[in-house]
Amino acid sequence: MAVRYLLGNEGIAHACLEANIDFASGYPGTPSSEVVDILRAQEERPLTVEWSTNEKVAFENALAAAWCGLRALCTMKHVGLNVAADPLMTSAYTGVTGGFVILSADDPFAHSSQNEQDTRRYAHFARLPCLDPASVQEAHDMMRDAFALSEEFGLPVIFRPTTRICHSKGDVDVGEVGAEHRTAAFRGDPKQYVVIPAHTRLLHKALNEKQPAIRKRLVELGYNRHTVRGRTAVVTSGVAAAYVQEVLPDDVSLAVIGAYPIDEGWLRAFVDQHENVLVIEELAPVIEEAVRQVATKTEVFGKMTGTVPYEGELTPATVAAAMQDAGIPPTVAYPAAAPVQRVPPRPPILCAGCMHRSTFYAMKKVFRDGIFPSDIGCYTLGLQLGAVDTTICMGASITVGSGIARSGEERPVVCTIGDSTFLHTGIPGLLNAVYNGAEMVVVILDNRITAMTGHQPNPNTGVTASGVESVPVSLEALCRSCGVAWVETVDPYNLPHLLDTFRRAKERTGVRVIIAKQPCVITARRSGIRRKPYAVDLERCTGCGVCRSFGCPAIAFSGKNATITDLCAGCGVCADICPAGAIAREGRQ
Amino acid sequence: MKPSFDILIVGIGGQGTVLASNVLGEACIIEHRSVRSAETHGMAQRGGSVESHIRIDGKFGSLITPGTADLLIAFDLLEALRYRHYLPAGGRLVVNRHLVVPTSVYQQGLAVPDEESILAALSDLDVTCIDAAELAEEAGSSLSQNIVMLGAASGDIPLRPETLEEAVRRCVPPKTVEVNAKAFRLGRAAAGERGAPAP
Repeated sequence: MAVRYLLGNEGIAHACLEANIDFASGYPGTPSSEVVDILRAQEERPLTVEWSTNEKVAFENALAAAWCGLRALCTMKHVGLNVAADPLMTSAYTGVTGGFVILSADDPFAHSSQNEQDTRRYAHFARLPCLDPASVQEAHDMMRDAFALSEEFGLPVIFRPTTRICHSKGDVDVGEVGAEHRTAAFRGDPKQYVVIPAHTRLLHKALNEKQPAIRKRLVELGYNRHTVRGRTAVVTSGVAAAYVQEVLPDDVSLAVIGAYPIDEGWLRAFVDQHENVLVIEELAPVIEEAVRQVATKTEVFGKMTGTVPYEGELTPATVAAAMQDAGIPPTVAYPAAAPVQRVPPRPPILCAGCMHRSTFYAMKKVFRDGIFPSDIGCYTLGLQLGAVDTTICMGASITVGSGIARSGEERPVVCTIGDSTFLHTGIPGLLNAVYNGAEMVVVILDNRITAMTGHQPNPNTGVTASGVESVPVSLEALCRSCGVAWVETVDPYNLPHLLDTFRRAKERTGVRVIIAKQPCVITARRSGIRRKPYAVDLERCTGCGVCRSFGCPAIAFSGKNATITDLCAGCGVCADICPAGAIAREGRQ
Repeated sequence: MKPSFDILIVGIGGQGTVLASNVLGEACIIEHRSVRSAETHGMAQRGGSVESHIRIDGKFGSLITPGTADLLIAFDLLEALRYRHYLPAGGRLVVNRHLVVPTSVYQQGLAVPDEESILAALSDLDVTCIDAAELAEEAGSSLSQNIVMLGAASGDIPLRPETLEEAVRRCVPPKTVEVNAKAFRLGRAAAGERGAPAP
């Protein structure tokens, strides 16, 4: 045992090593990504690790490893579980032999996400146990024990941390890395693994019959616990439990829910002892619904009474306010502190030298009246440049684009999608667009890496998660095999060529694909690529402001004149944009 | 008596706020004290405004509540202004004399903020302003500005300076240990000269 200062995701990854896992897969997604990144970088325990092409693929690979008797982990963000929902639902029927844990990280406040869905709903839907840690230490401990729980019931276990667990740090007591390894052996059993109707009806019954024992076991394990201290109670879960405990009066009872399904008898026995119960949880009112179902005379406060907000993440202040509102005065009175008004915003922005910026610039210049569906990645920041009209979920740029085009809308459709997102769920959309005769341009923003989530490799990178060289997929060949007749690859730092390529695409019909290819500027810098920075010749600068609209963070202004700061990555695109020819590589005229 | 000492470190993605908070966390481990912290990850790191919450002796959640921070360390003047409401009236601010104007200001045609007016808007706080770039250059690398700032704030942090310097050594890349240790000492001395209050 040793106490270390660890990120929640580091604690979770370490727990997997302690639990003797032999297989891990995932698709990157904030706030889950570090778990697989840590497992693939560590050298303490050899295991099979892969970044898969999407969450469904990751899920099925890990499920198969668990069917071979290994302990397996699969990681994703909450919306990734939508992609993996198909195997999830039926894996509850087939069950597993080796321990199988699905980490699906929720993101209250949608810090880095497109919605605020609640993974606990999926657990309920699939009838699988779900663990919901309330601290970094508990995240470690629960993950360490989750594999044994999975094996005890022969079911996948869902592990659901939130952003404030994954990306919080604390002193964590960790154990020894496990040294036991299992040998994979697939023991065929068609009644379990071939879900034809005759088999699946029996499997469904068996799943339902497991439920009471699961509920009871989760209480025995101490995941759901309570202390009776008065006639009023707070029932809470996740990181909100920490906020509650910091300000809870001594005479108020407390129940902390760390696992689902909640045993109804246990919950009723607690609720019945109180006149008032306040339920404080993030995202969906999962616990509140359970409490309302068992409450007979107790008055219940929560989201449904407007006491606790439905949306966003909870904070110590919102929790204290909810308690006050429900007649439970918190022990600490937080001050009302408002931020200074009208401080200029500093949103995240595409990096200086990012290849996406010039691609968006050229796209908008050639297709002035275009409709621009886009996708999930750093390039969603193209919104600031007016280059993103839609974003809904992974892979939906091409499908939304073809849908707009085929709906009869007459403006040209040009969609943008990153390489990793294209490989994730973009390909079926492209195939569909060609097959059904859509009129559109697809731009693949090919920076050779999954950048936004922390530069994870993908089949386009040339290396696997474990560092083994691989043959990079040919995006060009892939598009051609989908039936795209016109595919052009272009260097987005070469603005004249880029503009020319967009213009030629505009003249053609059918599905046209432009692959804008240039390594991510961050990975390029890390691999030692240095380009000389550019500078503005102040005598030539007319202050016209054309470069202002380009939105590069390395371009600043003193008065009307542009200057280039030390953020410059040397891509040189601004030199091509400047109508006065005032920008050149430093040291050149 | 407040059970934890709450520090908010703010800056711009890429300035090393996470490393600075890691040093504080590691120092807590060295002194066998509990600690909780929260960081910005993901897309917000791309040049956006970022914050790290560190609660020394913290046992509950990692988020600091506005109006209750014991110390604000800002790597950029504008970020100090953005997060100053985390401090109580007259609270303690250690800020880098450095201002990156957000690109959004130019794109949206907003009034360009300047050093003097920001410092004026912060003047009711207990402020120490540090030229971290100059001291980092003196230490041997402009990349050590985050550690300069930590050194400058160290007199206000209830952790021993020896512990903090040891934590710096453990947290920074091996090749940069000496540069960063020097950066820490230079920052600490600079704040001392400006009359930082004793912890």
